[in-house]
Amino acid sequence: MTVRVLIVDDHRLFRSGVRAELGPQIEVVGEAEDVDSAVAAINELKPDVVLLDVHMPGGGGQEVLRRVLGQGSQVRFLALSVSDAAEDVIGVIRGGARGYVTKTISGPELTDAILRVADGDAVFSPRLAGFVLDAFASTEAPPIDPELDSLTQREREVLRLIARGYAYKEIAKELFISVKTVETHVSSVLRKLQLSNRHELSRWATARRLV
Amino acid sequence: MPTATNAPYPRLARPVEGRLLAGVAQGAAAQLRLDPVVLRLAFVLLTIINGVGVVAYAALWMFTPSLPHSGPRPARDWGQVAAYAAISMALLAFTMLIGGGTTGSFGTWAIAVVGIGGLVLWQQADTARRQRWMRGAVQQVRRRWVRTGFGLLLVVVGAIGFLAASGELAAARQGLAFTAVVVGGIAVIAAPYITVLARELQNERRERIRQEERAEVAAHVHDSVLHTLTLIQRNAHDPREVLRLARSQERELRNWLYQPKEDADATVAAAVRRAAAEVEDEHGVPIEIVCVGDADLTPRLNALVQAARQAMVNAAKYAEAPVVSVYAEVEPDEVTVFVRDRGKGFDLDAVPPDRMGIRESIIGRMERNGGSARVRTAPGEGTEVTLTMRREGS
Repeated sequence: MTVRVLIVDDHRLFRSGVRAELGPQIEVVGEAEDVDSAVAAINELKPDVVLLDVHMPGGGGQEVLRRVLGQGSQVRFLALSVSDAAEDVIGVIRGGARGYVTKTISGPELTDAILRVADGDAVFSPRLAGFVLDAFASTEAPPIDPELDSLTQREREVLRLIARGYAYKEIAKELFISVKTVETHVSSVLRKLQLSNRHELSRWATARRLV
Repeated sequence: MPTATNAPYPRLARPVEGRLLAGVAQGAAAQLRLDPVVLRLAFVLLTIINGVGVVAYAALWMFTPSLPHSGPRPARDWGQVAAYAAISMALLAFTMLIGGGTTGSFGTWAIAVVGIGGLVLWQQADTARRQRWMRGAVQQVRRRWVRTGFGLLLVVVGAIGFLAASGELAAARQGLAFTAVVVGGIAVIAAPYITVLARELQNERRERIRQEERAEVAAHVHDSVLHTLTLIQRNAHDPREVLRLARSQERELRNWLYQPKEDADATVAAAVRRAAAEVEDEHGVPIEIVCVGDADLTPRLNALVQAARQAMVNAAKYAEAPVVSVYAEVEPDEVTVFVRDRGKGFDLDAVPPDRMGIRESIIGRMERNGGSARVRTAPGEGTEVTLTMRREGS
């Protein structure tokens, strides 16, 4: 079974580059270059996974997420961006994307990430893992909801290994757990990241942006 | 306006350094080649005699330029200010006790108060200061209003005091009431215009800031990005050089766009990034860095960064991996740096003792500084160097 993918990016060269790099398990069903055409294409083509650029004319990836997920759609998003800004990364994840990778990612790695998101798992780049560790590390205010507002020891270990550049398979081997368990931990971190009302999370992300 | 530093003869000016109030006495002392203490005491004594000192000081303050000063403005020595204030209080009390010249000089004091108020207001018109306020935060703007209000209050109180002292307050009362009504009326009429004017001024200021920012961005793009693109076109025949140029420009632009400004040079994260950038430029292998937390760079942590740098060099030079991952984590009691590659790895036991890279520059350096290094590698399995250093004072 192939995974049907829609590529949303305002750079035509980049779209065709990604298209050429993806593995045979991926079928690119369409492309879109701004917010409006992306929303229309998602509604029409019903792809499994949307590769979403963060910076686009008309409100960017976050606007696409808001409009599509607001309708109750079940389509899964993987954010793909050149940006390293914490605000952007945390922003699209909290907007509902199931993963964040940078555009420097290699073809096979991107294919792997798409398949993982299609399976309902989360994809964290080393940098995103670092941001999460950093954001959840500050303990100035007591957590409002301890379940959502803090990471478990195991989740922390998994994130640390991701930040160190380990692939899921390598993490599983390192911690003597199955790849499935690693995926469960990462999905659980994603859920906390999306649902936590932790005030510091947004504040932390914007504070990093004070240039 | 010529400043004291390049005038043919020394000009009276107010230095910022070592000033107690405005630097008048300090400046005058330098001019007269006297100890500033002498002049300060002279001002205090003159103040006791009918407040002449205050008036003289205020006049000198207004009419002497401030010496240009670079860097942060040094704080005043408030202890000395308090001392001079105490001396003048004591002398004042003394002269009052012996019934000296202060009787009947209430009017002079009122003039002195008006002088101080005028001085405070005058300060608002100082161009250099105004510029600083324009750039400054809301808090400073608020302080300006406090100062202006304070200055106005002093002038009004002083004027009324002078009238009262010279026994003309009753006569002036009617005139004062009339003036108040007229001024109030004008204020009511002019208020809308003034508001509009203020708003326009604010808009203009905002526009100017925006233009300055745009100019800064344009200058940056020109100096860095355009320059690199030109270099890339000229080096199009050399893929390695093109890659290096593109990568270093990307890194530079990313730092400019996304790195937090408070990330000063003297922190662990900044030092790790800098080391990685150097290695990347030198060996042409991209290094991905993730930093969590940050701390000031102490000598021991600097040793840690240097060891990490050596580990990056080894990975870039020998591992033949497409990318090197570096993860630095600052925890309350220790700092850990992981340098990892998925390259060809090596047999740690087979490393010849003369290969100084690992033994000396990494393990030896860490141990000499009270840290530890662990190298995990096997042929075909990549290499990971883990460096741990306890933080000082913990």
